[in-house]
Amino acid sequence: MPTEAAELVFDEATKVYPGREGAAVHELSLTVPAGEICVLVGPSGGGKTTALKLVNRLIPLTSGDIRIDGASILELDVVELRRSIGYVIQQVGLFPHYTVEGNIGVVPRLYGESRSWIKTRSAELLELVGLDQSYAKRFPAQLSGGERQRVGLARALAANPPLMLMDEPFGAIDPIVRTRLQDEFLRLHREVRKTVVFVTHDIDEAIKVGDRIAILREGGRLAQYDTPERILDRPVDEFVADFVGRDRALKALALRTLGELKLGDGAGDGLPRLPGETTLRDALALLVAERQDALVVTDADGASLGVVTREDLLR
Amino acid sequence: MNGARLAGGGGVVIPHFHKPSACLLHNGWLCFDWVRQHWGDTLQPDLIQHIKLTLLAVGIGFVIAFALALLGFRFRLLNPPLGLFTDFLYTIPSLALFVLLIPVTGPTVTTIEIALVSYTLFILYRNILTGLSAVPADVLESARGMGLTRTQTFMRVELPLAAPAILAGLRVATVSTISIGTVAALLIAYGLGQPIFDALQTPDIFRTELVVAGGLAILLALVADGLLALVARALTPWSRLR
Repeated sequence: MPTEAAELVFDEATKVYPGREGAAVHELSLTVPAGEICVLVGPSGGGKTTALKLVNRLIPLTSGDIRIDGASILELDVVELRRSIGYVIQQVGLFPHYTVEGNIGVVPRLYGESRSWIKTRSAELLELVGLDQSYAKRFPAQLSGGERQRVGLARALAANPPLMLMDEPFGAIDPIVRTRLQDEFLRLHREVRKTVVFVTHDIDEAIKVGDRIAILREGGRLAQYDTPERILDRPVDEFVADFVGRDRALKALALRTLGELKLGDGAGDGLPRLPGETTLRDALALLVAERQDALVVTDADGASLGVVTREDLLR
Repeated sequence: MNGARLAGGGGVVIPHFHKPSACLLHNGWLCFDWVRQHWGDTLQPDLIQHIKLTLLAVGIGFVIAFALALLGFRFRLLNPPLGLFTDFLYTIPSLALFVLLIPVTGPTVTTIEIALVSYTLFILYRNILTGLSAVPADVLESARGMGLTRTQTFMRVELPLAAPAILAGLRVATVSTISIGTVAALLIAYGLGQPIFDALQTPDIFRTELVVAGGLAILLALVADGLLALVARALTPWSRLR
């Protein structure tokens, strides 16, 4: 069974659907370093999902190549290739006639793992995705949308694949649960460190989740491939600037936390207090709301660490 | 026909060993003494024949319908002609089909089975195909994406998910075969249709035999339906959840 994270390389990957004008994905070249989350984002018609499905050959390449740890996907057996890649889709696609444990065990069973191995693995994964052990024997119809997607994630991780493909995984989930799932996914990723390709149409989700963001424009052309910070800071053209939005300066603030700033001395009596993991964006929102010019940063126990001014936030 | 059977000449009933009961003399609707006397020589053997008739017809019908449905499922182009074929078989009146088959297979159980099998095809073919085609697209996509082969997808996903529809089809096919099977006695002495026709052929209609034989056919249908419903519950516990 596969392990570790793999480097993923798109090498002029192109998809042209027969009988359709223009390419769906046009000479896409980018490298996702092992263990990083690459978000494919863009307007509809940008070919994000097509690009994702090229990787596990649900859609065949027209030309170019895609390599996983240097091995071309074209030279691998297609069934073996797919088993070695975790696949998560928006509608989840759990097997309705399998229990949660059975669903998590689908790929391990293809690898010939025993029942007891699957039981243990399923228990591990349920814990990892934040579901109680009592869920193991439930059927998908007995789960909420958010719970199903957690199981979908657990299922994709079951055989410990070096690469995960996630196609708008949180797209069908209500905003509050979506935020929680994004947070938990990031926590989970810090633990398992897979290489992830993540498709979304939501730029905020892309900024939050991605180590790198690939913005695709109409016709499947890569507009910019960069870290979230650089995309917000230096969009290469009008299209990217437009797509990330006029509030990109504010969005950039959401990428950093108070704890990362250099704190000033001072008592800060009567100033608002916020923990160090608060984003600069939230901190600024508080200052605006409270009509204050500075705030006190605290540690997890509420003890003062220092003072930050509004100018510090915006620097 | 059956030597032990009561000949109802002129409504006079002559049991072998006993005096006819008052019930029989008045041609009552349900005379238990007659039932008791003729359970062993008439009713039970006819019931067993009827069960065999049904099992064989539904069994063969299922195998053929399954093969046809697989063809229709795999090659969509074959679906309309196969559907039309089973439709057509179903529209032939059962008596007409028996008569049509006599020159080929004679007045035999085979003739009856051919007719009964033809009728099950319509119901079973539709249900199997509908069940297989109703598997949600996202389930199929995740199966493919996880690296299940075509055969694995069929065996582990499509077939089990089609099971509720297939079992529902089996229930309807079984019940209707039990019912149509009684008409077979017009052709040869076989199954529960036989005592029913015997009763009808006595000049003033032997009521007890009619009621008991008809009742047995109804009971058999109910029991078969109930058993299959239990099987469905046991095999597809997930299907009742939504």
